[in-house]
Amino acid sequence: MRHLLSAGDLSRDEATLILDTARELAQAGARSVKKFPTLRGRTVVNLFYEDSTRTRTSFELAAKRLSADVINFSAKGSSVAKGESLKDTALTLQAMGADGVVIRHSASGAAHRLSGWVDGSVVNAGDGTHEHPTQALLDVYTMRERMGRLDGLRVAIVGDVRHSRVARSNVLLLHTLGAEVTLVAPPTLVPVSVHTWPCAVSYDLDETLAKSDVVMMLRVQAERMQGAYFPTPREYSRRYGLDGERFAKMHDEAIVMHPGPMVRGMEISAEVADSPRCTVTEQVANGLSIRMAVLYLLLGGSESAIGA
Amino acid sequence: MCAQKRTEGDARTAHTADPPKTADHGDSKTVLEGPEIQRALTRIAHEVLERTKGGEDVTLLGIPTRGVPLAGRLAQRIERVEDRAVPWGSLDITMYRDDLRLAPARALGRTDIPAEGIDGRVVVLVDDVLFSGRTVRAALDALNDLGRPRAVQLATLVDRGHRELPIRADYVGKNLPTSLRENVTVLLDELDGRDAVVLGPAKPRPGAEDDN
Repeated sequence: MRHLLSAGDLSRDEATLILDTARELAQAGARSVKKFPTLRGRTVVNLFYEDSTRTRTSFELAAKRLSADVINFSAKGSSVAKGESLKDTALTLQAMGADGVVIRHSASGAAHRLSGWVDGSVVNAGDGTHEHPTQALLDVYTMRERMGRLDGLRVAIVGDVRHSRVARSNVLLLHTLGAEVTLVAPPTLVPVSVHTWPCAVSYDLDETLAKSDVVMMLRVQAERMQGAYFPTPREYSRRYGLDGERFAKMHDEAIVMHPGPMVRGMEISAEVADSPRCTVTEQVANGLSIRMAVLYLLLGGSESAIGA
Repeated sequence: MCAQKRTEGDARTAHTADPPKTADHGDSKTVLEGPEIQRALTRIAHEVLERTKGGEDVTLLGIPTRGVPLAGRLAQRIERVEDRAVPWGSLDITMYRDDLRLAPARALGRTDIPAEGIDGRVVVLVDDVLFSGRTVRAALDALNDLGRPRAVQLATLVDRGHRELPIRADYVGKNLPTSLRENVTVLLDELDGRDAVVLGPAKPRPGAEDDN
């Protein structure tokens, strides 16, 4: 069994296979019967140590659309609250015969550790500030659908890069698929290791906006901040928020993305968030197709077609 | 990749590779040439019209890979005779196969249902080779999830026998009695640059890509 732990593990061909598969599966959303019998008899466990209604529901629905049996484990109210370790939880899942485990954990690397303890395929649904590969896949899918290409696409990722697993996964995947990425953030919110990432870095949003095809706004992850990274939300908003005035500086076809949940008025103004060029709800719909594609390619055959 | 019809249940690779440039090698023998395939398709088109009394509510659905161009060609022929467009499309059955766990996860083909939909219509499934019948079973399941046709019929260019399910074709281009040690390959101009049906020795496992 293979796993999807990092967007960086995917080759160009594998990533393209996932995007193409998702595209075919997206058609099923319009049918009266939205299910496929493909994963009948297989069990997928959603192991969520952090609250995330959006991602968990998306994975749950994706597995159900493929006829898998789904078990939701959330840390609250489970043995985890009683002090059970990740390893013991993993061994319990193993004993239950889980074919796939979708894990969300606040510790970077948790998905990787889990993959060493269970036989089933592990899908990383966000580990700390490290990675969130299916989010990157759905972002890239949305870009490809909207812009028609990825090669040479200029993408700006704006905001709290330091605490964002979405940013890291996107940089890795977009680089694999031939897009040019520029990170835009206050110097305090740029990760220390950024020089090892395949992307450019800028501290000036206005300068980057005009030459971007896609502007991806990130959420300011206040819950992960153990100090002050910028003076006030108001100042952050003035320098790195996307308001109507800045939106007007972007070229006419450029799109605005946001992984959600949005903090309106700080990262993004309501005017921009509600624009038809903002793809937030589209990203959610595409997330379902992407997660169906990933589960199918990992669990649908005798061995996985993707992952490491 | 050529449409290699083999015993179901064997390991197969998922990719849709390029078609073989040289189909005739070793003991391979071409059993149908281009003009014979054309004639067979013309005859099937007429049979469809006759059985469906003018083909008023017929929809042709090809099963990828090689059923799709065949469905297109049949639609073209019916149109030529009746002077009326016949809706046609493709129906991918990958997600409905019963042997998914015997091979690595495979890439999906295209499902492209004409705008008319399939409710209340006579759907003619089109495939290149009819073998075990398991592909057709999967196609019936897939159709069931898409809508409710009035009737479903089956057209195949070659029927090579060895059925494992109680399934029979309504329209057959050529009945080709084969041994299980043989391999039937259909080549089509649209995908392979020429039309031919080639009978060759079964290749050693694993590695057939496409199948019935």
